[in-house]
Amino acid sequence: MRIIYTDVLVVGGGLAGLRVATGVQERGHRVIVLTLVPPKRSHSAAAQGGMQASLGNCAMGWGDNEDIHFEDTVKGSDWGADQQVVRMFVNTAPKAIRELTHYGVPWNRVRKGKHTAIINAEKVEIEEREEAHGLITARDFGGTKKWRTCYTSDGTGHSMLYAMDNKAHENDVKIHERMEAMSVIHRHGRCYGVVARNLMTGEIVAYIAKATTIATGGYGRIYEVSTNAIICQGTGQAIALETGIATLGNMEAVQFHPTAIVPVGILTTEGCRGDGGILRDVDGYRFMPDYEPEKKELASRDVVSRRMIEHIRKGKGVPSRYGDHLWLDITILGREHIEKNLREVKDICENFLGIDPAEEWIPVRPTQHYSMGGIRTKYTGESQTLKGLYACGEAACWDLHGFNRLGGNSVSETVVSGMLVAEYISDFCDSPQSHIGISTGAIEDFVRIEEEKIRRLLNNDGGEDAYVLRRAMEKIMMEKVGIFRNGRDLQDAVEQLEQLHIRSKNISVFRSKSYAANPALVVAYRTQKMIKIALTVAYGALLRTESRGAHAREDYPMRDDINWLKRTITSWPDPEQTLPTVTYEPIDILEMELPPGWRGYGKRNIIENPDSMIQQAKIDAIRNELLARGADRFAIQKALMPYEHLLPEKYRGRNERLYERFDDEKDEV
Amino acid sequence: MSEPKPRKLKINILRYDPHVVGDEPHIDTFEIEEAPGMTLFIVLNDIREHHDASLKFDFVCRAGICGSCGMLINGKPGLACSTLTSKLPEEINLAPLPFFELIGDLSVYNGKWMRGMNERLETWIHHKEKELRSINRIEEPMDPDLAEEIYELDRCIECGCCVAGCGTIQMNENFVGAVGLNKIARYKLDPRDERTDADYYELIGDENGVFGCMTLLGCEDVCPKKLPLQSKIAYLRRQMVKTGLNENVTKCNCLQHEEKMPEH
Repeated sequence: MRIIYTDVLVVGGGLAGLRVATGVQERGHRVIVLTLVPPKRSHSAAAQGGMQASLGNCAMGWGDNEDIHFEDTVKGSDWGADQQVVRMFVNTAPKAIRELTHYGVPWNRVRKGKHTAIINAEKVEIEEREEAHGLITARDFGGTKKWRTCYTSDGTGHSMLYAMDNKAHENDVKIHERMEAMSVIHRHGRCYGVVARNLMTGEIVAYIAKATTIATGGYGRIYEVSTNAIICQGTGQAIALETGIATLGNMEAVQFHPTAIVPVGILTTEGCRGDGGILRDVDGYRFMPDYEPEKKELASRDVVSRRMIEHIRKGKGVPSRYGDHLWLDITILGREHIEKNLREVKDICENFLGIDPAEEWIPVRPTQHYSMGGIRTKYTGESQTLKGLYACGEAACWDLHGFNRLGGNSVSETVVSGMLVAEYISDFCDSPQSHIGISTGAIEDFVRIEEEKIRRLLNNDGGEDAYVLRRAMEKIMMEKVGIFRNGRDLQDAVEQLEQLHIRSKNISVFRSKSYAANPALVVAYRTQKMIKIALTVAYGALLRTESRGAHAREDYPMRDDINWLKRTITSWPDPEQTLPTVTYEPIDILEMELPPGWRGYGKRNIIENPDSMIQQAKIDAIRNELLARGADRFAIQKALMPYEHLLPEKYRGRNERLYERFDDEKDEV
Repeated sequence: MSEPKPRKLKINILRYDPHVVGDEPHIDTFEIEEAPGMTLFIVLNDIREHHDASLKFDFVCRAGICGSCGMLINGKPGLACSTLTSKLPEEINLAPLPFFELIGDLSVYNGKWMRGMNERLETWIHHKEKELRSINRIEEPMDPDLAEEIYELDRCIECGCCVAGCGTIQMNENFVGAVGLNKIARYKLDPRDERTDADYYELIGDENGVFGCMTLLGCEDVCPKKLPLQSKIAYLRRQMVKTGLNENVTKCNCLQHEEKMPEH
C-alpha cells in the first residue's frame, strides 16, 4: 500500500482547485493536486462569456461598485445567498481579475471613442472615455444593473484556466493526473485525505494531508442533457456525502441555462444576449418583452428559462424531431462582431449544427447548466461538520448563489473562493490543530474498503448493468426534476431513484475485467455515487414546498419567506439508509443587509415575512442617519452588516476605480 | 417525403491495451447505424455502451474546446467530438494520436507531454517583479488590438493534433512542435513578459526549436482552432536568425573581432 503525505491535498484541477494550490504553496505549504484529466482540460475551460468584477471601466459599467454587484447577486439568488459571503466575494472579485491580469489573461480592453452596440434590438452609440482606454472592458449579462462581465472574446474560462495552470507550472505545483478520489479518509470528525485510484494503472493510493479540498465542480451529468463536461458527475459531493459526517447544501438548486443548442446541449454563452442577441418563437416573434418588459432577454437565467418553457407550452415552440425549441437570433449583431467576440459560438454552430450564426438563427432550449448546491461549508470553505475538509468553487455551497446564480459569477467565484480558501487553509495548517493523528493501520482500512469494492464490482456475476441504471436515473431527473417541478412527479422520482439506488449495490462489470484502465469499471462505481447525488436533489426538491430561484414548484408557485427562507442540509449518516437525511438551516432576515423583496424581474409572487419590513425599516433608519452625517458608502455598509473581519487580512483593501482613485503613496482613496 | 435509409457505418478501431498481458495491437470493427447530427463522440460512446465496455478513449467537454479527444480519423489528426460522421465515408478508421505515450486504445497521455513542453519553454509570464504592486489598484492599460492579438494565439487547446501531424517530431523527438513555438510567439507578443529575444533564443534557437522545423506545415493543416501556425513559425524564425546573428556579433565584439560578422 502506497501512502503519500503532503500538507494540503486538492481534489480537482480546475480554476478553483488550482487557485487554492498556488495560494497555499505561496504560503509555504506543500500541495498535491489530484485531477481526472490534465488541468487545462477541466470544465472551467468551457466558461465562455465572462467573469463579473465591478471595475467600472467601460461607459456602460461606469459608476459600478461592490454595492451594486452585491445587490444584483443577492436578488439573483432569490435571497438564498449568505449575504456576508456575497460581500466577501464582491470585494475580492476586482482583486482576482487584476491578479489574473498579472498572470497573463489577455482581457478585452476598452477602446476610447465612439462605437455602436446593440441594445434592445437597436443600434446604440456609446462613447468610451479617454482615460479608460486600454483598461479591462465588460459586457452586459443577465440580472445585472451594470455592464460588469469582463471577458476574452467568448473563451474567458479557457484564458483564465491556461493562465492559472501556467502559474501552477511556474510555482512547481505537483499535479497528479488521472487520479480519481474514491473516498474521504476521516476519523473522529477530522478529515485526513482521500483514497485515490490511478485511472491508467488501477493502483489504489492513500493521500494523507492536514487539509483536503474538494474542487471537483458540479453534478450536471445526473441529467440526460446538460451543458456540463462529461466529467461533471458530482463525485466530489458524493465522497463527502459518503463520510456520513460532511453535509451538502441546497442540492435541489439546479440552474437551467436558456440557450443550449438542440439536441446536443452544448452551451451558447449568455454573452450572445448580453451583446444584443434576442429570442424568437416559431413565428419569428420576439416574445421576451411580453413577459419581462424591463429586463427582457436579460432577466436572470432561471426566469428566462421558465419564460421560454411557458412560451413553448403555449404552442409557440418550433417543432423538431428532438422536441420543441426556440430561436436565438444573433444575426443582428453582424458578422464582424460574431467573428471577433463570439467565435466559439460560431465554431459550435458550424461544427454541431452546420449553420452560420451570422446568417441563420440558432435552435436553443433551456438545459441543465449549473449546480448551486454542493458541499456545505462555512465562509472559510471548511465543512461545517467535518474538520479539515474544505470545498470551493461549484463543488461547494458556501453559499454565494442561493437558489440561482448570475451569469459571470461562477468563474469569478472559482478564483475568488480559491484565493480566500487558500488563506484559511494556510492558517489552519499553521495552527497546532492541523496535526495529523491517524495511524497507518487506520489508513489501510480505508484503502482496503475501496479495493474490496472494486473487487466486488469486477467479480460480481449476473448483477445489474450500470449503464441501464444510469440512463434510467438521467431520464428521471430530466422528466421529473426539471425546470418546472410538482409534488407528484417528485414523489415518483424519489421512489424510482431509491429503487435504482438499492439496485446499484448489485452492479456487475460485464466482460471488461481489467483492474487497470477500465472504462466499464469507472462507469460502475461512479453510477453508484451519481444515483445518491440524484436522490439528494430530487428529495430536497420534493420537500421544499415553495418556489425560489431555480427551484420552481407548479403546486407551490409562491416564494415562501415565512416557512422556507432556509437552506436544505443533506447528509447520509448510515450507509444502509436508502434515502438521505434532510434538515434545515435557518437564514435570519434580521441579520441581512438586503432584506427579501421583489427581484425586479420574474413573477411577483411572494409570501412575505414580517421580519423583512422590520429589517428594512431598521436599515432605512441607519442609512438616513449616516447619510445625514455625511458618511460614505463604506461606513454605511459597515454599519449595516460588518463582514471585513471575516476576510483574510490581505484581501480587505478597497478597490481602486477611475472614479475612486487612490492616493499615490498608499492604497486608499 | 420519407427520409433516406440511414447509412451503416463501419468503424475500424486500432486497439491495444498495454496493461493486458499478451495483448497485441489489432483492429476491431463495429457496425453502427448513422443518425442525424451524429459525431464521433456519439459513435464511440455508443460502442462502449452497447458493444464493448472496455474501449478506451478520452472526452471531457465534447464541444471542441478542451482538446482531450484528438485522434487519427481516417489517417488525419482531428478532434473526434466535433467531427460529424456525415462528413466522413461509410468506413471510418480510428487510431490513437501517434507519438504520445499510449494509455490504451484511443487514449493517449498527451497531458504529460504538454506539461513537459510547458515546463521546458517556461510558458508563463516572466515579470521583473514577481509580485503585483497591489491587487487593489487599477490594472496597467494594454492596447486593445494587442490584447486581441494575444488572445488569438492564446486559443491553443493543447490537443496535440499539430504534434501528431508533424514530420519533424517523428525524426527528432525533442522538437517542441508547433504548439510550443506558438506559445513562444504568444509570450513574445505580450508586453507583460520581460523576456528578451535573447532569452527566447536560448529556448528555441536550435534544432529542437524553430530551426528544427522542416516547414512541412502539417500542423497548420490539422489545427482544429485554425491558429496561424505557419506565419508564426516563419516570424519566429526570422526573429531568431536576427537574434542569433546579433548574439554572435556581441560575442565577437567582446573578443574584439570587430571587422566582420562570423561566417555561417
